[in-house]
Order: sequence, then C-alpha cells, then structure tokens
Amino acid sequence: MPAAVPTAVPAKTVPARHSALVRVTHWITTLCFFALLVTGAEIVISHPRFYWGETGNDLTPTLFKLPIPASRNLVPTGYGYVLPDQNGWSRYLHFQAAWVVVFTGLLYAVSGLVTGHFRKSLLPAKADLSWRAFSTAIFNHLRLQRPSEAEAWSYNVLQRISYLFVIFVLFPLEIWTGLAMSPSFVSAVPTTVNLLGGQQSARTLHFFVSVSLLLFVVVHVVMVSLAGFRNRMRAMITGRASAPMERT
Amino acid sequence: MSEPLRGKISRRKLITAGLVSAGGVLGLSATARIAQRYGLIPPDHGGIYGLGETLTYASQRLLTRHSLAREFSRSQISKPPFANEMAPPSEAFKRLQAGNFADWRLTVDGMVAHPASFSLDQLKSYPSRSQITMIQCEEGWSYIAEWHGVPLSHVLELVGVQPQARYVVYFSFQPDWWDSIDMADALHPQTFLAYGMNGDELPVGNGGPLRLRVPRQLGYKSVKFITHLTVTDDLKKFGKGLGSASPEGGYAWYAGI
Repeated sequence: MPAAVPTAVPAKTVPARHSALVRVTHWITTLCFFALLVTGAEIVISHPRFYWGETGNDLTPTLFKLPIPASRNLVPTGYGYVLPDQNGWSRYLHFQAAWVVVFTGLLYAVSGLVTGHFRKSLLPAKADLSWRAFSTAIFNHLRLQRPSEAEAWSYNVLQRISYLFVIFVLFPLEIWTGLAMSPSFVSAVPTTVNLLGGQQSARTLHFFVSVSLLLFVVVHVVMVSLAGFRNRMRAMITGRASAPMERT
Repeated sequence: MSEPLRGKISRRKLITAGLVSAGGVLGLSATARIAQRYGLIPPDHGGIYGLGETLTYASQRLLTRHSLAREFSRSQISKPPFANEMAPPSEAFKRLQAGNFADWRLTVDGMVAHPASFSLDQLKSYPSRSQITMIQCEEGWSYIAEWHGVPLSHVLELVGVQPQARYVVYFSFQPDWWDSIDMADALHPQTFLAYGMNGDELPVGNGGPLRLRVPRQLGYKSVKFITHLTVTDDLKKFGKGLGSASPEGGYAWYAGI
C-alpha cells in the first residue's frame, strides 16, 4: 500500500489508539460471536421452549415459549409447518467457535492484566463514579450528542462500565452456563450445574445471557456509528485514530 | 540505519521465523502422536470442525475418564415418562414383540475371546443394576428416569475383550442406526444395557426391549433396540469411518459436549 509510506513517520509519534493485541482479539471475538449467535439460534429453534429446574420436555409446563415455529416436527408450537433443520453443523460450529473465543478471551484477559489495560483504559476514574458525572453522561447519550474530541482517545464512564460488565460478567456467565449443559463436564464438576438450579435452568440462563450480549453488540454498533463510524473503525482496524491536529 | 544492517536483521528474522515455525510443526506433530496414543483424537477429527471436536473430546477424556454422571432421587423422576417420536416398527420387530421378545438376541463379536449371543432372559440373569439419570436430547429437552439393566462392562468381561480393543460399536434393530463409544465409556460403571425403566419393562417407545444407556453423553448415543455389539481397535472399518451414523448425518461422534 503506497499510502502507508508517508504516514509511517508521524505514526510513530502518535501512539496507537488500540494495541495490536486488542485489535486482533476484538475482531476474532466479533467473528466468533456471530458464529455462536447464528448457530445458537439454529440450535434453539429445534426446541423453542424454555424451562426452569433439572428437566423439561413437551409434556412438562414451560417457563416461556418463543412464538416461532420449530425445526423439529414433534414440538408443539402452534404452527403448521417445520423450519429447515440445521442442528448438525450448527452444533459443530458452535463448539468450535466457543473454543476459539475462550482462548482469545484468555489471551486478552491475561494481557489486559499484565499490561494494565484494564486498570488504565477500562476502570472508571473515582471522580466519574459520582451521580452527577453519571447523569451528565447518560443525558449526553440520550441527546445523541456527538462525543468530544477527547473521547476518540479514551472511553467515557458508561463505556467503561459496560465493557467491564461484558468482559467480567457476561462472558464468564455465558461460558459457565454453557458448560453446565454438558452431561460429561458436569459429571466431573457437578457444582457448575447444581449452583444454577438444574440443567434446564442453565439452558434458560444461557439464552438470557446471549440476549444480553446481543443487546450490547447492537448498542455498541449504534454508538460507534453515532460517534463516527469511519474513524472508530479505522482505530480498531489500523490502530490509528484521527488526532485533533489532523482534523484542522 | 544502513542497508546491509537492515538486510542482516531481516535475515536473522527470517531464520528465527523459520526455526519457530519448524519447532511449531514438530511440536504439533508430537502432540498429535501423543494424543493418538492416549486415545484423545475422535474419529470425526477431519474436516473444518475437527479442531473444535478434538479439543472437546481430548479435554473431556482427560477430565472425565472416571467421573460419574449425576444421579437423582426417586422424587425427581419425570412424570409422565417422556418418549420421543420413533419410526413405526417394522414387521420383523412386531413379530418379535408379539412373542414378548423371547427370540430377541444380542450378539457380541469382534476382538473378543468368546463371541456370544445372549437372550434377554440371560441378560436379566446377570447382576442387575439401577441408576436414576437424566437423558438429554441435543434438541434441548430432557427427562429423568430410573434405568435397570446390566452394566456393559459385565457382558464385555464375559466375552473376554482383547487388550488392543479401543471401541465398542453397537447396532440397532432399526437399519442404518449404529454408533460407537471408546473403552473409557464402554467400561464405565454407568454404561448399561438397559432392559427396564421406572420399575417396569423398558417400553418400546423408550428403546425396549434393549437400549444402551450412556448417561455422560447426549441422548442420541443411547441407541434404541440394541441387537449387536462389535469390539474393535479401528473405526475406519465401519460405515464411512467416522465412528457412527451421527457424523454421517452431520452430528458429532462424541456427544459429551
């Protein structure tokens, strides 16, 4: 790429907005997330009924049902037709993507702790944890106000809290509830499922955590678009953010 | 920075990269050999999903070789018992059913000292075991039942399994329905040839008169209407060589998930 040559010198003086490790793990995680989302949906439609406790089947009461047809003809959905069944490859891909995202997540988490990325970039400053700072941030978001120049270089308090929540609460919960559905894994570590109240509870919780992650991704993409899609994408792909001087 | 020096660095980098990748390839092939020796490679390890399948099978084999599936109390048994849909039984099956399965036979052959054929009465004369375990379908539903039967390990002991044996392949009365498990699962104390359920005969809907129960794996490994077991050291000889009918239909051979 010829364009890379002239910018090579100034790029050294401006630090990367995101480190190479953050950028690579971000996009691998993105890829895995969509693989897991699509295959997870395919698996769910073979039995779009949810239960609480240890067991649940067509003969037992549900906690709730998704109002969609199923990909298997035995499930009573109220629809007169059956969706195409894609369970086989969906299951293979679901577990393969899960392995890749777990290794990627471990790499990201360990390096984040070692380099101080979590402490420096994600832990909110004490001053930002006041109600005043909070309400200002929420108010600015609700007005869909374009973020300030400084925010191209650092995260605001709402971003920091939601990223930390996704990384340290939702992702571990998703892995936990997933493992709790494995008959083999729980034979070795029964606490994983017993603490959740049963195998069907684990399945239901896995579904809700997935919905929460999807919600996060939707809001995340909307926010990136509002903040300036091209600049934010460039920062996450090449590492270069538009410095204030470049703008003028 | 002068040109020659830059050349040197890139050459050094090239040599380092070459050594690292050669080491990586050697390390990977050594890992693969060790994994093969300890039986950590599933038969459906080829193809684009082979990496995930191998990681799942290998890690669970290391973690769960001897662990026991969760057992439940009588009060947790699902009422009414659930049976999923099955193909209508063939005429041959109906004839056996009319005779109260007196002519049902389980043949055992392959890498065994004494190939044998067992009637249901013979199987029932061996020490009977019971377990209250969950059966989980890959679709997402599940139920708990009490299963009565003879541990597969007992039958394998009677026929004398040869030490090189690595898998037990099992076949259903229903054509094209067969599967296999490794010796860790075959000799596992909860792997049953089940002939009873909830204090009664095993209903046909639940796989009667004889079903293999593998409670540490998903329901599709618990094949119904078992008529034939073959002990082997090589799954390539069966079907398309993927270990069972499941991978041929797009499903993983190992279903411990």
